Amino acid sequence: MKELPQVADDPRAEPEPGGGPPGGPPQPPERPPTSSARLITTLATAGALAGLVIVLVFGWANPRIQAYRAMVLREAIQEVLHSPESVQTWYVVDGALSETPAAGADTITAEKVHLGMDGDGQPIGYAITGQEPGFQDFILVIFGYDPDAGRVLAMKVLESKETPGLGDKIYKDSAFVAGFEQAASPLEGVKIGAGTGSENEVDMITGATISSRTVIGIINHRIEALEPVLSSADPTASAASATGASGAPKPGESGS
Amino acid sequence: MRTTTPTQDLVRGIWKENPVLVQLLGLCPALAVTNTVANSLAMGIATFFVLVGSSLLVSMFKKVIPHEVRISAYILIIATFVTIADLVLAAVVPLIHKELGAFIALIVVNCMILGRQEAFASKRPIGRSMLDAVGTGTGFMIAMLMMGTFREVLGNGSILGISLFGDGFEPWVIFILPPGGFLTLGFILLVFGWWQERKSESIRVRQWPHGVATPSREEAA
Repeated sequence: MKELPQVADDPRAEPEPGGGPPGGPPQPPERPPTSSARLITTLATAGALAGLVIVLVFGWANPRIQAYRAMVLREAIQEVLHSPESVQTWYVVDGALSETPAAGADTITAEKVHLGMDGDGQPIGYAITGQEPGFQDFILVIFGYDPDAGRVLAMKVLESKETPGLGDKIYKDSAFVAGFEQAASPLEGVKIGAGTGSENEVDMITGATISSRTVIGIINHRIEALEPVLSSADPTASAASATGASGAPKPGESGS
Repeated sequence: MRTTTPTQDLVRGIWKENPVLVQLLGLCPALAVTNTVANSLAMGIATFFVLVGSSLLVSMFKKVIPHEVRISAYILIIATFVTIADLVLAAVVPLIHKELGAFIALIVVNCMILGRQEAFASKRPIGRSMLDAVGTGTGFMIAMLMMGTFREVLGNGSILGISLFGDGFEPWVIFILPPGGFLTLGFILLVFGWWQERKSESIRVRQWPHGVATPSREEAA
């Protein structure tokens, strides 16, 4: 039993499985302590190599990830503005629409709206994104809004982690999604069957009250915040000078 | 050191020492992302890739990595593979990447992977480590798919999104919610334990006559 205390004293000594009892395979030789310089060099080299590999993979993957995000946003804009002929991106700077983001702001995170035009160059409405916390995590919504008529054109959930089977009906339940079409602002969520037939009413989802209320809230809050900006803007006048929107970037409000 | 044959190294992790069902390792992803077959499969493949890649590197560099910083070095290697898997999934299958969310990044702390590095890859030759990693990774994938199939069929009435039962089926939603993960794992472990118990019982029964004939022999209890 001589080996036993020796093993306990030296935390670096690792008894091999089955190597403990006397008569078994011999203990591994005691390791001399490694110099700190070597420890640091090894980890630093490994870290640098790992960083290099990650940078290479990122360089390959990032354009694809951004392209996918842009594609999702473009499709969503088409959907919520009912297939506009052309789309322009406008930045919201100091309460007014501007072709370029404020100085210092980058194009991805800057607040912006997407203006859709029909074949005659007439504005259809704005696609607006917004996000607020839902039942589980932030819900990111894009919706089309016609400021002249004060109506929501359509709504689409871009990102949500709502409960599968219940909260995810905010994008899986076609009746709920269709309820936003041509609804008048400000929206009002009502229980199914409890509505009075008013044009502001949107039927909420049974069992997903919080998720549906959040979606309605996002749209109302965003319209409330942008209404003065959008109604003062004259998109038809500036449309001629606008360069048109190419490559829609990621919606600005999503921090993720 | 216990000697094993290459076949044993490969097969052990798949069933007899299945990381999830027997060793109860890697339960966090097994509970969290097995609500559909597609998610289970993606998680299984990502974990398999990380495990095999890490085992290869750890086994290759086992002489170079100083003993004192071995865990940090393993984690560094594992984290690199996880980041690669994360980026590749985001670029290639963005929808599945969105579903798996944070759990891809959490592969780094999957004890199953670190456990194989410390217990096996850091001590054995490269070839054996590869076999062990492939076996364990396959075992993990099998367990994930068992859970994913069970949960998606009961909770959504479908497999890989293809509806199985038609409109008459009312999905058992709890099975795709978090509690369903615990219920499913419980059921599977119950069946697995019962099956193993029965197997060892039948081995004892078969050995009994020999035990009587040669009482001096040590009873395989």
